[in-house]
Amino acid sequence: MIRLQNLTKNYGSFVAVDDISLHVPRGVLFGCLGPNGAGKTTTLRMIAGILRPTQGRVLLGGDDVHANPLAAKQRLGFIPDRPFVYDKLTGAEFLRFVAGLYGQEGDPVERRIAELLEVFELTSWQNELIEAYSHGMRQKLIISSALIHRPECIVVDEPMVGLDPKAARLLKDIFRQFVAKGGTVLMSTHTLEVAEAMCDQIAIIQHGKIVAAGTVTDVRREHQAGNASLEELFLKLTGGAQVRELAEVLGK
Amino acid sequence: MIQPSLWHVLQPKWRTALQRLREERDNGGYGKMIIITGVGSLFWAGVFGVLYKILKTLRGVEDLGPLIPAKILGLVLLSFISILVLSNVITALSSFFLAKDLDLLVSAPVDWLRLYLAKLGETLIHSSWMVALMAVPILTAYGVVYKGGPLFALYALIAIVPMLVLPAVLGSALTLILVNIFPARRTRDLLSIIALGAAAGVILLFRIIRPEQLARPEGFRNLLDFLTVLRTPTSPFLPSEWSTKAIMGFLRHDFDPLPLILLWTTAAAFVTLGALLHRAMYAQGFTKAQEGAERFIRGGFWRWTVSGLLRGLPVAKREFVLKDIRLFFRDTTQWSQLILLAVLVVVYLFNIQALPLHRGEPVGFYYVNLVSFLNLGLAGFVLASIAARFIFPTVSLEGRQMWLLRSSPLDLKALLWSKYLVGTLPLLILGLLLTGLTNVLLEVSSFMMILSLATMAALTLAIGALALGFGALYPQFETENAAQIPTSFGGLVFMMATIALLAGVLVTLARAVYTYVRAAFDGQPLGVTPEMVGWFVAAAALCAAATVIPLRLALRRMETFEF
Repeated sequence: MIRLQNLTKNYGSFVAVDDISLHVPRGVLFGCLGPNGAGKTTTLRMIAGILRPTQGRVLLGGDDVHANPLAAKQRLGFIPDRPFVYDKLTGAEFLRFVAGLYGQEGDPVERRIAELLEVFELTSWQNELIEAYSHGMRQKLIISSALIHRPECIVVDEPMVGLDPKAARLLKDIFRQFVAKGGTVLMSTHTLEVAEAMCDQIAIIQHGKIVAAGTVTDVRREHQAGNASLEELFLKLTGGAQVRELAEVLGK
Repeated sequence: MIQPSLWHVLQPKWRTALQRLREERDNGGYGKMIIITGVGSLFWAGVFGVLYKILKTLRGVEDLGPLIPAKILGLVLLSFISILVLSNVITALSSFFLAKDLDLLVSAPVDWLRLYLAKLGETLIHSSWMVALMAVPILTAYGVVYKGGPLFALYALIAIVPMLVLPAVLGSALTLILVNIFPARRTRDLLSIIALGAAAGVILLFRIIRPEQLARPEGFRNLLDFLTVLRTPTSPFLPSEWSTKAIMGFLRHDFDPLPLILLWTTAAAFVTLGALLHRAMYAQGFTKAQEGAERFIRGGFWRWTVSGLLRGLPVAKREFVLKDIRLFFRDTTQWSQLILLAVLVVVYLFNIQALPLHRGEPVGFYYVNLVSFLNLGLAGFVLASIAARFIFPTVSLEGRQMWLLRSSPLDLKALLWSKYLVGTLPLLILGLLLTGLTNVLLEVSSFMMILSLATMAALTLAIGALALGFGALYPQFETENAAQIPTSFGGLVFMMATIALLAGVLVTLARAVYTYVRAAFDGQPLGVTPEMVGWFVAAAALCAAATVIPLRLALRRMETFEF
């Protein structure tokens, strides 16, 4: 469903994403892990068509995101890590606007809006300007907007940031059901417990390159990590185990 | 605990300003710097030149000579102070209550006095830099005419600085009180309406009293009355009057320390009182400022009106147009500018109506057509300013939401088209109204009416495209305030390009209009010659090129945007 071919992104002389190739099959929840600045968000934004790759290409369901953007983006729902939306629209107006961007309107859209607002407990806020929403409510609204056109795949950057435990649980359930029905989810996360519990496959990115990919069991076996937790595996692969002792950092 | 120095608290501000300068230099190279310096110097030279000539002339006039320059300076400084109080109130709201660095500063162990002084300094610089720059050529003209010498620059600085501090303290205190009464976001809405309403009122009042009549000799009943008025200070309690006295005293070699003492002691007292008020009310006000301006919108108004009108459009374009209209009319800082616009249109038409053209002589016909023709340039310039304010920032304002637009299957052409439609259609209506009404007031012939309306339509389409095009070529994605975007380098380039277009079109059409007026003047039959058609086609081609090329360039530029 999502295929990255030799994807590279340079910012001047800095290589943010370095020749990444990856295939995320249909019906899979795929987790992208890596330390801060590893290139996860850049990769996801290239998949969403927001950034243009320096080299390589991104295919969504066979359509090149940059050569044939309209067809490719029709299949996609993107959820960014920072919930910037139009402050002076109401929640319902925003969802109607996004549906319009995907060419959808009329009663089916109104029903879908009502359904999503209900699921995310935003119904009583639907006629309130977004400027009055909390960070978590904005995040819920953006998630609703990514689902409004019933996409085939969802690309999501740090999905749990700003969500309360109830909404986080709801999102996990939604993603699992979405995948069970044949959808594809590619998400980046720092929360290793979430990745371990939810993801069918993972890729660990370090310095813009994939250092490990596959199921958690595959990665453990490949790197001879025995029964190590995903956290230990992650720290081993990304050099995080070399950080100074916590007590030393805290100076006590 | 040792408190950080004021300089340290302000460090992020001055470091950011320095970095921005470095980036500007690296991005734009020397060309950008040369253009900005050139335009700035030209403006300074213009202000200096005009004032120098007036002061030089007045110096030679008996009785009035010594009085009028002081009166002019007093009025200029008074208008500066009025502008400064208004702009300080608005700036203080951002720097004291809405700025992004406040969470960090308020949560840090920085004492209230440092916070107050840092934010007061920030408010003062943000709201006064333009006035201070404007004062340079004015004071230079006084210094040169009265031979103030090099020391005058330093003296003027000492006399002007407290005059800038006072409105900053007053503005900040007013904002502090308002925020304690209303939530900050509501206060911002309220202030933008009050500020624009006041500005509009002043413009209207100034125009309606017809100051040009004062220049007529029959306007003065008695020279002595006039001299008495000139000798009376505007108000002995106003700091602008103290600054004027201090400056004029120095220039006339009649130094009196009292105005300077008054200025500095009052400024010090105001800062102290402002700081005490800040200590008493800031914490409560800052808490109130965190409250959102929650508003419940049932509104189906735009959906049922505009949406109905746009029914034939594809849904993506329709929703985009609707979104832009909603955002405009729900943002008080945006729609309130329409008040000022309406007043400017009224003043514009009032000026045309006041022209003494119709006196029944044949030369009247020549002047009527000349005014009608030149009016195209003037109306075009007005439309360009409006486009700079309303159309130029539209691409920049999408910046933070561009993730949504770029990740959706929205065609960028549709986005550009929607922005062009929303911006240019009202501009076209306004342009045609301005030209049409002016021509009716001037009683022009049908030839001039048709020519003016057609030219204005073509020009407006081009101006809208240029504004959108330059807005996309020079985007300001980091700026949240739409009013600041047109004052950027891109805004300046847009205005220069538009003036070039207006000049090009007027020069192209001038020959055709001259042929027509000449024929009427000579009593020959009036008609459209093949040569005139040639000029019309050339002007139309110029406008078409100025419409298509910027839109194409904008589209190409937008395809390369990265976020």
